[in-house]
Amino acid sequence: MTPFVVLGKFFLDFIHDTGGVFLLMWRTFQTLPRTFANARSTLQQMDRIGIGSIPLVLVTSLFVGAVTSVQAAYQFHGYVPLQYLGTVVGKSVTLELGPVLTALVVGGRVSASIAAELGTMKVTEQIDAMEMIAIDPVEYLVLPRVVASTIMLPVLTIFSDFLAILGGMVVANISLHVSFNTFESGLKLLFHTQDLIGGLMKTFVFGFIIALMGCYHGFETRGGAEGVGIATMKAVVTSCLLILVSNYLLASIIFRIIFAPSS
Amino acid sequence: MEQHANGAIVSIRGLKKSFGRQLVFDSLDLDIMHGETLVVIGRSGCGKSVLLKHITGLLKPDAGEITFEGEDITRFTRKKLYQMRLHFGMLFQSSALFDSMTVGENVALPLRKHSDMSDEEIAKVVTEKLELVGLTGVQKQYPSEMSGGMKKRIGLARAVAMNPQMVLYDEPTTGLDPIMADVINELIRTLQRELAVTSVVVTHDIRSAYHVGDRIAMLYEGKIIHLGTPEEVRRTDDPVLRQFIEGKAQGPIKPI
Repeated sequence: MTPFVVLGKFFLDFIHDTGGVFLLMWRTFQTLPRTFANARSTLQQMDRIGIGSIPLVLVTSLFVGAVTSVQAAYQFHGYVPLQYLGTVVGKSVTLELGPVLTALVVGGRVSASIAAELGTMKVTEQIDAMEMIAIDPVEYLVLPRVVASTIMLPVLTIFSDFLAILGGMVVANISLHVSFNTFESGLKLLFHTQDLIGGLMKTFVFGFIIALMGCYHGFETRGGAEGVGIATMKAVVTSCLLILVSNYLLASIIFRIIFAPSS
Repeated sequence: MEQHANGAIVSIRGLKKSFGRQLVFDSLDLDIMHGETLVVIGRSGCGKSVLLKHITGLLKPDAGEITFEGEDITRFTRKKLYQMRLHFGMLFQSSALFDSMTVGENVALPLRKHSDMSDEEIAKVVTEKLELVGLTGVQKQYPSEMSGGMKKRIGLARAVAMNPQMVLYDEPTTGLDPIMADVINELIRTLQRELAVTSVVVTHDIRSAYHVGDRIAMLYEGKIIHLGTPEEVRRTDDPVLRQFIEGKAQGPIKPI
């Protein structure tokens, strides 16, 4: 294949996937009124996506908070007093680290699992079978997953924010000799509720992206086991990339327009 | 055949379909008559399953018309397609049972979604349909615990749960031992007798085709090249059809 063919194929695939994702998104929005009719499977998915991700989020958050504390103290050394350690940990966790890292680790776990599950259903004709008994796969499979993920990611992020700050606080106390009180007063010093809310607003979009990418690549699966593997990989890669790109766009909208600092 | 007087339940005209550069159907015409069992034979990968997917609206043609009881299904909205599919039952090549559900739940799913029957009534119908395919007491088991033949039978029970007008079989005997294949063939005949359904069977198993078919259609190079009773097929002097039914490597069909 010439580079021209490779490039052409890449662009065609990109256009196909972009169109496909928007179509699936549109179809999912159309089925939104049926959310309550699918409440049971939505709750099941909330359990799988949300509760199931707790151990992963717990470990990730504690260590992210801990390392933030250590790195901040290293950079403060000689310039900034350690009483501001709580401030920097709190700010970085609520604004960026909590939402984005939770989305990335949960995204890896959840979009892979959704893509593998729906991809296997696709290659074993279970999706066609569903269509044949007049059950809309978008309503029955996509809607519960998208709703559950969109609701549960902010919840997990709240949990993650709390644990990361706790992790930072414990490390500050044990190895940096910053007392809990000093850390806490630093935390409160420049804490704005809008930081927390702005961070959480982003996670609704991240949750939506994670489930949608898993479902889209699951439905697009071709072939057998290899196809499922490729779909899973694509789901993880695209959801992580879209989380990072949308994070920039959302941060710009939220913190420069909605919560624009008054000049 | 007397059923032919009733006219066609499904009528395909000028069906064209290609996937990329691969042409699957090239102006295909076919009528499926009320109450008959039509067997479509052809080589693996010649588009037999794709034909079933067009009849059920799972795939859309590039050109051509497919009518179900006089209405062009290629113009149907999703909602209308779903309404139409309530009259269809389909047995998939891989059975396509939902592996997260028990056997009983699999057969009950169409009834739960599309009827207002009580749980007891649904359970009764499930038992009845499973008995029809010769299975008892398997409701609580999962598809993964079942053999290939049993899965096919459960798939068939699910396909006929809503008492469809038309049942479509995608390679019903592929991958089964000869005895189980015969059991499935007998079942197809029994269902046709007891439920008076129109059936379309897609297969490359010529024995099965003779056994269950009222008419046999041969799909070759995107067209139906022969359509006739099993007796006519047996006596044919068409070189392509002869090669296929005799299963020979030499002849006009090139093994690829």
